[in-house]
Amino acid sequence: MDEMSELITKANIARPDDFYAELIGLHEGRTKEESDALNARLILLLANHIGDIDVLRQAMKAAAKSGHDGARN
Amino acid sequence: MTRIFETPIYPYVRSADQDAASPARHPVVVVGAGPVGLAAAVDLAQAGTPVVVLDENDKVSWGSRAICFAKRPLEILDRLGCGDPMVDKGVVWNVGKVFFDERQVYEFNLLPEAGHKRPAFINLQQYHFEKYLVDRVRELEAAGKPIEIRGGNKVRSIDQREGHVRLDIETPDGPYAIDADWLVACDGAASPIRSMMGLDFIGRTFEDNFLIADIVMQEGDFPTERWFWFDPPFNRGQSTLLHKQPDNVWRVDFQLGWNIDKEEEKKPENVTRRLKAFLGDDASFELEWVSIYTFQCRRMAKFRHGHVLFAGDSAHQVSPFGARGANSGLQDTDNLVWKLKLVLEGKAPETLLDSYDEERIHGADENILNSSRSTDFITPKSDISRIFRDAVLELSEHHEFARPLVNSGRLSVPCTYDGSSLNGTDDEKMPPRTRPGSPASDAPIGGKWLLDMLGGRFQLVTIDTEAPERIDAGGIGIERLALSSADDPTGALAERYLGGRESAVYLMRPDQHVAARWVGFNEAAVRDALDTAVARDRGWTR
Repeated sequence: MDEMSELITKANIARPDDFYAELIGLHEGRTKEESDALNARLILLLANHIGDIDVLRQAMKAAAKSGHDGARN
Repeated sequence: MTRIFETPIYPYVRSADQDAASPARHPVVVVGAGPVGLAAAVDLAQAGTPVVVLDENDKVSWGSRAICFAKRPLEILDRLGCGDPMVDKGVVWNVGKVFFDERQVYEFNLLPEAGHKRPAFINLQQYHFEKYLVDRVRELEAAGKPIEIRGGNKVRSIDQREGHVRLDIETPDGPYAIDADWLVACDGAASPIRSMMGLDFIGRTFEDNFLIADIVMQEGDFPTERWFWFDPPFNRGQSTLLHKQPDNVWRVDFQLGWNIDKEEEKKPENVTRRLKAFLGDDASFELEWVSIYTFQCRRMAKFRHGHVLFAGDSAHQVSPFGARGANSGLQDTDNLVWKLKLVLEGKAPETLLDSYDEERIHGADENILNSSRSTDFITPKSDISRIFRDAVLELSEHHEFARPLVNSGRLSVPCTYDGSSLNGTDDEKMPPRTRPGSPASDAPIGGKWLLDMLGGRFQLVTIDTEAPERIDAGGIGIERLALSSADDPTGALAERYLGGRESAVYLMRPDQHVAARWVGFNEAAVRDALDTAVARDRGWTR
């Protein structure tokens, strides 16, 4: 069986502050509905870029956790 | 007990200038005896340039104010002869913790690189900082250096004339006037000099208030670390910072939000109530200093206006996150003073001072960008910005990738003057960290420190190669500092200065920044680089 690809959770963005500022800047001046829709499009674009369903499942699982130790779901 | 900031340390004394028939002329007058003005004055005086410092008060700063000093400013203070008392008194710290809601999400360690004399950061109250600089002024005075602080001297107006500035000064004995070839305005964020000249800022104002409570806590359970809370239960929706200073003084910084009643918040009983919610009901502490501040991230369009030069907060302001205020002010005067001295001595054209604008505006923009971003993270400006901020914090607990995105302040790092018109030849096989425009990196050299051997004049540092001991370049002496990579068995010198080369020659500026570098010595190349470094390369003749 092929080895499953691992979701990268180590820092992987060269200039994190630049990226973050652009991400927030993208939403500037948009309504909540527009921002939500933009986020959805962004997630779909990134997901397509990743392609690997195993990796996407790991990302969805990690994102679904929240709160201390993921207890508060 | 009388606190250090309640004691006059440069009380008003009548000066002979007040009895002069016509205004006395001084090469340099510094307005403002804060950290930046005092550093400028010490730098000038120890180089033999006469300087008068005017300040309307006679005491060190009221309250702790700036408390966090980074390695590069400490290196500058070493050059100014007062690094030791600061570092001896200061609290060295490396660890920071980030909390979100009710829990710690992660911890970081600055992990300072080995082979440097000075630590990454110390915490020290501004009043101690200023006191040690005043001590240094007194030491220089005693050694006969041309320096004078005039307390109780308030500048009422200034007039830029041909080649000098006339200052009209108010004192307890009435007004008098003096002339300055150059005026250095270090009179703070509310700079009266800037207002008198009708000059303004470009940049952003942030709608937020922060409450600083400096408390004396004898038996605190808190280590010497920087603790930062996002949205904690004791200050919902806001942030809080806890950081240790010397003498058991702790800086607590509560974000308050925009629509608040400042007078109400500042009342000791309300501050105490907040602190108890934070530290616990049985916590025992004493309030030392309470202040509410707002801030701007902005700068003047230009720092040089004819014969008036602005430095520190008078020229640029940042949010406090990242310790980029006083730290950048010290880098301003570090950059300015040697240039001013060469211009006063007629060894470089006045246009050299335009490079102060060029280099320090580059520095100010870097600081403004970083501190604005920290502020936007700490105080999200929109719902979506808060959603992303909280998502980053949530993820940071379990996923390393999110930690570099958490921004509770990007701590001050030394400024490299990339692209400066003063930069000369580079050698690309040498390490990027010491490229032209960079501040010299320290290294241990046979039981001493490299940076203690650098500064105050132009120097030619040779590593494993030969060069003349001294070169005179149109009145500017270039002294050789001969080093061998064998002087440093740790290998730091070679790693920081040679890289892929067997030998190196570095032309160093008086502010310890690299002007140019080569593999071997070539006299014509060194002379060219020197001319470039003092702006003599554009058709200037003495």
